[in-house]
Amino acid sequence: MAHGPKPGFTRWLYTTNHKDIGSMYLWFSFAMFLLGGCMALVIRAELFQPGLQIVQPGFFNQMTTMHGLIMVFGAVMPAFVGLANWMVPMMIGAPDMALPRMNNWSFWILPFAFAMLTSTLFMEGGAPDFGWTFYAPLSTEYAPPSVTFFIFAVHIMGASSIMGAINIVATILNMRAPGMTLMKMPLFVWTWLITAYLLIAVMPVLAGVVTMMLMDIHFGTSFFSAAGGGDPVLFQHVFWFFGHPEVYIMILPAFGIVSAIIPTFARKPLFGYSSMVYATASIAFLSFIVWAHHMFTVGMPIAGELFFMYATMLIAVPTGVKVFNWVTTMFRGSMTFETPMLFSIAFVILFTIGGFSGLMLAIAPADFQYHDTYFVVAHFHYVLVPGAIFSITAGVYYWLPKWTGNMYNESMGKVHFWLAFVGLNVTFFPMHFVGLAGMPRRIPDYALQFADFNQIASVGAFLFGAAQILFLFNVIRTVRGGKKATDEVWENPEGLEWSVPSPAPYHTFSTPPVVR
Amino acid sequence: MALSANAKTTAKLTTLAVGMLGFALFVMPPLYDAFCEITGLNGKTGGRYEAVPAAVDTERTVKVQFVASNNENMPWEFKPGMVEIRVHPGEAVDTVFHARNPTDREMIGQAIPSLVPFKAANYFHKTECFCFNQQSLAAGETAELGLRFIVDPDLPVGVNTITLSYTLFDVTERFAKQANNKNTDSEREG
Repeated sequence: MAHGPKPGFTRWLYTTNHKDIGSMYLWFSFAMFLLGGCMALVIRAELFQPGLQIVQPGFFNQMTTMHGLIMVFGAVMPAFVGLANWMVPMMIGAPDMALPRMNNWSFWILPFAFAMLTSTLFMEGGAPDFGWTFYAPLSTEYAPPSVTFFIFAVHIMGASSIMGAINIVATILNMRAPGMTLMKMPLFVWTWLITAYLLIAVMPVLAGVVTMMLMDIHFGTSFFSAAGGGDPVLFQHVFWFFGHPEVYIMILPAFGIVSAIIPTFARKPLFGYSSMVYATASIAFLSFIVWAHHMFTVGMPIAGELFFMYATMLIAVPTGVKVFNWVTTMFRGSMTFETPMLFSIAFVILFTIGGFSGLMLAIAPADFQYHDTYFVVAHFHYVLVPGAIFSITAGVYYWLPKWTGNMYNESMGKVHFWLAFVGLNVTFFPMHFVGLAGMPRRIPDYALQFADFNQIASVGAFLFGAAQILFLFNVIRTVRGGKKATDEVWENPEGLEWSVPSPAPYHTFSTPPVVR
Repeated sequence: MALSANAKTTAKLTTLAVGMLGFALFVMPPLYDAFCEITGLNGKTGGRYEAVPAAVDTERTVKVQFVASNNENMPWEFKPGMVEIRVHPGEAVDTVFHARNPTDREMIGQAIPSLVPFKAANYFHKTECFCFNQQSLAAGETAELGLRFIVDPDLPVGVNTITLSYTLFDVTERFAKQANNKNTDSEREG
């Protein structure tokens, strides 16, 4: 093919261009983010008051389940893959991804997976209602008939993620420009390399666990059925063996993004580059040996409780190294507070708060009290919303001028940030209090004493949701026009992606750049 | 033919992914069972035990309690003949559970044992147990289900009470399914 993109709609169907595919991933993930967000708003609207107002408990359960599944597999993961598609080749001086056709395929099966998952809402018996962790036997013996569609949707998402991850590893290992040694790679590339390995290791385990469910439901096996000699607790072990690395899959690329943004706006090189690399690798390793901290109350020998408790607490050490490095990078820097930087600073602060509540949950005896309360909900929303969502937002603002050639509207970006920041804290901070006071998660109705904090949380949720509309508007406006961005966009940013023109041409680095 | 670097990387990573799928499907479940058996995790008791002559430790008395409960939707009446027995470690003890099928159709039940404290699980041996087999009861039929067990003399000091709980599951459909493979699905209820 010659130079430019193909005209017409088939450009998007047949494209093997990493920039096209990256854009499709990002738009898809934003659509899923809005869909999952609407479900969250249904949940928060129902919880605005005690009692049943808007939805029935069965539908409420479908909303919590689908919100979790769509946000994890539809919004956060594809957004990171989209950013990797756009940025990894440009950061390492490669002309494209290593396996461009597979890249096209791994994107295009995703809309089908989510169409299938979403269609369960309209099926007889309703959508999956067993929580995003789909514990057996809720998801086997007591599941709605649509569970089979859910299982196949998860298989397809898994295949997509594995192919995406293989592509990213192959690109990073084989396509670096001459002179780009591993320890010269930008941290976003490093964190994605490690994330991709995590994906390849654990997505098949997820596929395995849903396959066992499928066998139990339709083929008479008893992996998770006690009546046939199986054990439902086995489900939890296999699920969390996938599930814990999965939560780091959703945060490691975020570490890479803020490690790119903070040095630019602090106008200092990143403090402790190699310690960042080793910390990421340690977190990835530890993620494989802490899974049972999700199951402290399931009945474990004391030695098991202690092992998983200490191993979990150990994760705070490499994470602390990272937070220290980000803060030290900012220390005595000439800081300016453009939108990407605001989101990154909020990331560092709020992710640390989420980390601390994680440490509280890691204490096995205390976890018996916190288990399955809103405190857990507060914890993982504090690590995922300011962690994954804020870093993705920061990354989009940071690289959008490079992608489109236009500057976004800075004041609108700042308004977006402050609305989102306030909305997020108003939504999730009160959840700590109701959780500690004993409000269980995944219930549509609650005792009267939790009403005040739930009302506050619901107001915050609608504020946070509204802020995202502003984001969408700002991005569309920037794509359509606006003040032209310079090639460097920011003041002296580091990285090969800033050495190509803005907007980045359809093909970059057809001849490899020279890396000093 | 020499493979390109990309093809090599892809082949290696695909092998890893397929290997992890195999690990999840074929290694983790048996590994978990073995782990539970060794540690007594989840109170899983072992299979049939071949009694070996051992001295009865008359110095020590252990209280063994029996609990019988029905899984959801299981209509049988199911209760232990004796709620509690005091036994000496090493002696073989017989007891019975009573079951009655009050429905008007033949049903198959399966009892699943669980034992607390977990650390006693490996020291509680069953030489005969109704839980080793499915129980089939005709409509209105009553049965005495036998259990013969030995508490191991090596039972850790400090364990004075062992509670053995049986949960009775309705496996009529599961068995009908195996007998008649033509209708494999469609019996599940929401």
